[in-house]
Amino acid sequence: MQVTVEIFRYDPDTDKSRFDTFVKEVDPKDRVLDVMMAIKDEDDGTIAFRKSCAHGVCGSDAMEINGLNRLACQVLVQDLKSKRIRIQPIRGMKVLRDLVVDMEPFFAGLESVKPFLIPKEPAPAAERYQSIADRAIFDDTTKCIMCGSCTTSCPSFWTNGAYVGPAAFVKAHRFIFDSRDGGNEFRLGILDDKDGLWRCHSIFNCTDACPREIHITKAIGDLKRYTVVHR
Amino acid sequence: MGAGGAGLRCALELSQHNYSVAVLSKLFPVRSHTGAAQGGVGAALGNEEPDSPEWHFFDTVKGSDYLGDQDAIEIMCEDAVEAILELEHFGLPFSRTPDGKIAQRPFGGHTKNFGEAPVKRACYAADRTGHMILHTLFEQCVKNEVRFFNEFYVLDLIMDGDICQGVVAYDLATGDIHVFQAKATMLATGGHGRAFSVTSNAHTYTGDGMAICFRRGIPMEDMEFVQFHPTGMRKLGILISEAARGEGGILRNREDIENIGSGKDGFMGAIAPTVKDLAPRDVIARAMYNEIVEGRGIEGSGDTGSDYLYLDLVHLGAEIVNERLPDISHFARTYLAVEPIKEPIPVQPTTHYAMGGIPTDIEGRVLWDAKNKVVPGLYAAGEVACVSVHGANRLGTNSLLDIVVFGRRGGKDMVRYLGEAEFGRIKGEPDEFLRGEIDRLQNGGGTEKVVDLRPEMQNVMMVNSGVFRSKDSLTKARDTILELRQRYQKVGVQDKSAYFNTELVEAIELGFLLDSAWMIAESALHRTESRGAHSREDYPERDDEKWLKHTFIHYEADGKVKFAYKPVTITKFQPKPRVY
Ligand SMILES: Cc1cc2nc3c(=O)[nH]c(=O)nc-3n(C[C@H](O)[C@H](O)[C@H](O)COP(=O)(O)OP(=O)(O)OC[C@H]3O[C@@H](n4cnc5c(N)ncnc54)[C@H](O)[C@@H]3O)c2cc1C
Ligand code: FES
Repeated sequence: MQVTVEIFRYDPDTDKSRFDTFVKEVDPKDRVLDVMMAIKDEDDGTIAFRKSCAHGVCGSDAMEINGLNRLACQVLVQDLKSKRIRIQPIRGMKVLRDLVVDMEPFFAGLESVKPFLIPKEPAPAAERYQSIADRAIFDDTTKCIMCGSCTTSCPSFWTNGAYVGPAAFVKAHRFIFDSRDGGNEFRLGILDDKDGLWRCHSIFNCTDACPREIHITKAIGDLKRYTVVHR
Repeated sequence: MGAGGAGLRCALELSQHNYSVAVLSKLFPVRSHTGAAQGGVGAALGNEEPDSPEWHFFDTVKGSDYLGDQDAIEIMCEDAVEAILELEHFGLPFSRTPDGKIAQRPFGGHTKNFGEAPVKRACYAADRTGHMILHTLFEQCVKNEVRFFNEFYVLDLIMDGDICQGVVAYDLATGDIHVFQAKATMLATGGHGRAFSVTSNAHTYTGDGMAICFRRGIPMEDMEFVQFHPTGMRKLGILISEAARGEGGILRNREDIENIGSGKDGFMGAIAPTVKDLAPRDVIARAMYNEIVEGRGIEGSGDTGSDYLYLDLVHLGAEIVNERLPDISHFARTYLAVEPIKEPIPVQPTTHYAMGGIPTDIEGRVLWDAKNKVVPGLYAAGEVACVSVHGANRLGTNSLLDIVVFGRRGGKDMVRYLGEAEFGRIKGEPDEFLRGEIDRLQNGGGTEKVVDLRPEMQNVMMVNSGVFRSKDSLTKARDTILELRQRYQKVGVQDKSAYFNTELVEAIELGFLLDSAWMIAESALHRTESRGAHSREDYPERDDEKWLKHTFIHYEADGKVKFAYKPVTITKFQPKPRVY
């Protein structure tokens, strides 16, 4: 089938942006990433975007595709139900070139919630035990691949870049609800802040955007409840 | 170099000793390919049933078709238990047994009591074990304030005679070239699967570390051994983990379609009566090719390029499929529109893993030659390296193990070395070669294009240097690669920008891949026997008398290589015929 692909371009040398349009013959089962690679190979080698695993596990290629944040390698052309494909960088981040945005502040934000196990007790000789039920409580949030789709789909983040944002909450959730962790005194301050949890107004954009289908808004709800109880 | 499992584990070790560590990675650490690993990491914890490191040792030796070095394998299997417990202590969220211990599942080639029956040895976190390892190690590095240089492409080593003094890297964001001087350097840059057209490997799996060393005169060990994983998703190559068969999945041919969902044995039942669908990968990949060639593929066309088989999970039921194999079921739904609870998944073998690579000793030190002469200051670990623990065929779960065990061991030896080494003075202009190369690609007026050369390389390797090989096919592969290498000298890129010039980077990566492809084809042509993943149609038998040895391929001049050999270290298990 034939599709028209519009790709956002930004040239840091001239500081100018535009959309370029390409008409391509594609297989409906192609991933959007395949289509972009074909354009890069056959039409314009200068288009810049990130990619690696090509099957939705590394988080390199989050971008806005027909208005929604998606991994380009996880959307098939047929899923879009449209002959027009419009591709833009994820929003609210500094664009460095074309579809490439500056991810460093995003990673720095994640680091602010102390995203590592702060053990409750010193390690025993064998493994720490954890019941299947305890492990299940935070299973959903262990799936995060840090692609940034959630945070950059959030209107609260667009209006205030200081907002910690959903991805960091997902990471915080993964540790706060891990029965082996005892570090919440270090995390709660960051979450229970004006730029923390309370900026989330349950708009659900993050949950819709998550390519790993993490129930992010629910995780944030868990955290809000936890914070109130443990203040 | 490299922020996958091996690189991060090494960096963590160094940071615990208060050394100043820089991790250079062409990807953000959590984008590394370790994150794609699904099924599990092997260690004889014995949490589900009795197990012992010695059985693991034996299975790995047998799986390697007796080419693995037994001193290294023994260390790996012994260290395994501690290394996995340590990951748990770092916070890795393993799946759990009913009594709260780390859960384990069966995997190909892993058995109890020296081959009696499959054993549950693969420690797992659903089917995202690699993801969890990668994230947990990254978290610990963040905690220890390791310094990362993200999207820095290492493109050359700095050598002073025999000694490594650091690396030269290209900063993707700015196009700047940086010189990193280091007392000790660790290469953990992963494999070269993208030299082939159908692969489970990421686009960035371009064998950079191997090529960088090879160009500097360091030989590569056992490059002929490339693993083809039986269950890649048809055409796409995306992996369906062996965990699917560990949980009970069965391969089926066209004569067996009526048995889908029944749980009855498939064609592997006759080929490997003891372990069936859990035979090692080389055995199954060959069996699948034979099924297809003999007309029992699902299409019945006999064409190993396009025909395929089925992986049947239907009898497992929704609960096991959704809970233990959630990601791969999701892949089947997304990319093939197949519902694995109800229908079989179309699969074909996919290029998966590099057994060969940069030769190292058991401390991760890189070797100059087959006589074990060390390159001072240079280390390698993970898929880029060849210790050799995998020999001619790697067992599933042993790579995730390899990266944590040898990442850590390498780190420990670097600590020792740092205590005695001096900071040398860099002579000359270490970035000169790289600047020349980039200038040639951008401004040399070259008319050849990456997009023409790359698929040609990938196809010729897949068809002629794949599951089955012969003198004729390998000669064709080698000659084509040599010709492509000539054409590569005339490659030009359209993009002249300094910022995020991904076209330039892809051109450089193609150059690296052509080195790997060349080494694979030459080494495969050279080894006139069949062993593990290397199956020569013209030499179908294993030949221990002549070939129970490692091959070291050395660069001589353009188009010319020479070989040296290193004996296999055999301590406990004498080579025997390999039956399952
Ligand atoms: C789909 C899939 C499933 C798998 N499942 C399993 C499994 O269940 N069990 C198992 O044991 N094994 C499995 N494997 C194999 C295993 O995952 C890999 O072999 C292993 O993770 C490799 O780790 P590594 O640290 O060596 O390299 P990687 O994790 O690939 O890391 C390589 C690093 O090097 C960096 N790099 C590369 N080139 C350069 C350069 N030029 N400059 C700077 N940085 C560079 C990259 O950015 C990256 O950070 C699987 C592999 C795949 C593909
Ligand atoms: S390329 Fe890895 S998630 Fe898309």
